[in-house]
Amino acid sequence: MSSEIKLAAKKQQKAVFTIGKRKVLRKLLFYTTLGLGALIMIIPFLWMLSTSLKEQGATMTLPPQFIPENITLSNYSQVAESFPIWKFLFNSLFVAVSSTLGQLLLCSMAAYAFSRLHFKGRDTLFLIYLATLMVPLQVTMTPQFILMKYLGWLDTYQGLILPGLFNAFGTFLLRQFFLTTPKSLEEAAFIDGASHFRVFFQIILPLAKPALATLAIFSFMQSWNNFLWPLIIVSNQDLMTLPLGLSNLQGRWATDWNLLMAGVVISVIPILAVYLFAQKYFIKGITLSGIK
Amino acid sequence: MVGDKGWKKWLVICAFLLPNFIGFLFFIGIPILASLGLSFTKWDLLTSPEFIGVENYKAIWHDAEFWAALKNTLLFIILYLPTVLVVALGIAMLLNKKMKGRTFFRAAYFIPVISSWVAVSLIWKWLFNPAYGLVNYFLSWFGINGPDWLQDPNWAMIAIVLTSVWKDTGFVMVLFLAGLQNISETYYEAADIDGATPFKKFLHITIPLLTPTTFFILIISLINSFQVFDQVMIMTEGGPAGSTTVLVQKIYNHAFRYFEMGYASAVSWVLFLIIFIVTLVQNRLQKRWVDYEQ
Repeated sequence: MSSEIKLAAKKQQKAVFTIGKRKVLRKLLFYTTLGLGALIMIIPFLWMLSTSLKEQGATMTLPPQFIPENITLSNYSQVAESFPIWKFLFNSLFVAVSSTLGQLLLCSMAAYAFSRLHFKGRDTLFLIYLATLMVPLQVTMTPQFILMKYLGWLDTYQGLILPGLFNAFGTFLLRQFFLTTPKSLEEAAFIDGASHFRVFFQIILPLAKPALATLAIFSFMQSWNNFLWPLIIVSNQDLMTLPLGLSNLQGRWATDWNLLMAGVVISVIPILAVYLFAQKYFIKGITLSGIK
Repeated sequence: MVGDKGWKKWLVICAFLLPNFIGFLFFIGIPILASLGLSFTKWDLLTSPEFIGVENYKAIWHDAEFWAALKNTLLFIILYLPTVLVVALGIAMLLNKKMKGRTFFRAAYFIPVISSWVAVSLIWKWLFNPAYGLVNYFLSWFGINGPDWLQDPNWAMIAIVLTSVWKDTGFVMVLFLAGLQNISETYYEAADIDGATPFKKFLHITIPLLTPTTFFILIISLINSFQVFDQVMIMTEGGPAGSTTVLVQKIYNHAFRYFEMGYASAVSWVLFLIIFIVTLVQNRLQKRWVDYEQ
């Protein structure tokens, strides 16, 4: 009898032990997979950094040096001497910040009109706005280029910034948000004799902060990373943004990877810094907009 | 004021709407119509445009390069889309558990998303370097002699697809994560009581309830992949031997290299039409597989 109980207890112990072991094994597999994936995501960036710190010959060795034997910053100074890289950085920043601020103002104002003001043809006009969202950029880029040419806006900041300000997406996003905010506050303000402008700036906009943050991140990223439009309208180096400038670096130093990677590092760092500060908004923004 | 009548009311409307509307008309509305008009002309920007009817569209029909570009774009989509969906869903499933280091992993997968395409393409061009790139070095550990990725017509598109999957996984993953978090825990609890295996739960709960998200991702990714350009421009410029020339590359070449504004516009309208039809078909088909019952 007692031996039977002992045997059962032993069996149970063994079972518990296998379950525990399986659990550990599963956890191990779980973290290994995730870790491996994360490594694949991060290694290219580390490799970029490592290459940018290498001397000329050290990029072409086998096996590759993961940590450079002689760490040098000379690539960065050479990039800065040969290209106006700080100018690229400034241009990118200037264009991205002005596009973002411009879009926030223009889109929120139009969104207010589309959600709060009543006039004939409002919904038809909004539908037309929406319909243009389906038209790919490639359809408008040729006439836009011709327009820029005739306005004399090739190689200008206004040419870089203005056409991007008017995408219907921002208006759409903010209108949807305004529609969900309660009207009681504004109605009270109107009774107190407030104008539409006061209501807009002092009630609507403060309430819309999350949506505005989403749109801000979205338009900043879009503008910061834009390549095709600057490629089309800018040929003067002093007006190039970072992506276009980088592609020029490639034209000059096709195989000098240490120099190229130094340029790439300079272009990646600012947006990475912004991202690490505002990670939550980035992810929210992407989820909401579904657009890169 | 709410009750304002007449010119005062219109003044308010104009003040709010006009700045946006004028720009919209100027930079979006008119260009769309102009592009349609241009597609019926021949114009090199030097002489005046010449109306040629549907000649451009006829020319496209007989343009072998157009069909090659369409084929390359479709090849890109066929290779890229399922891969990025499966990889991103897998990672999203793993990250959808309460666990240590979740924020770190999510951040890691997201870094490529925020980097510019130009930066990412340059990094990967270096990684794909046949002699000194890391990709072939890692392959050599397994005794594999890696190809000359970007110079080999058989491999160049695959290299571009791999780069694109790498860059976009984080983006698609975040969308999937949002969808997964919308699935109520009660379904899984009920399945647990019935003794369902993890695989069965995945197949019968996760997949069906995730279809609205999958549909959304599919629509967006498909539209985006028809417009693939930046990575191609930086990594191969459409080569070698035209093996990676995609539709947008072709539009770019005609408009800004050969200055054939009319022809470029016509190709862009064909692209628009393709995207439009594909999106429409997807919308029609969604009833068959998208499950909105939640």
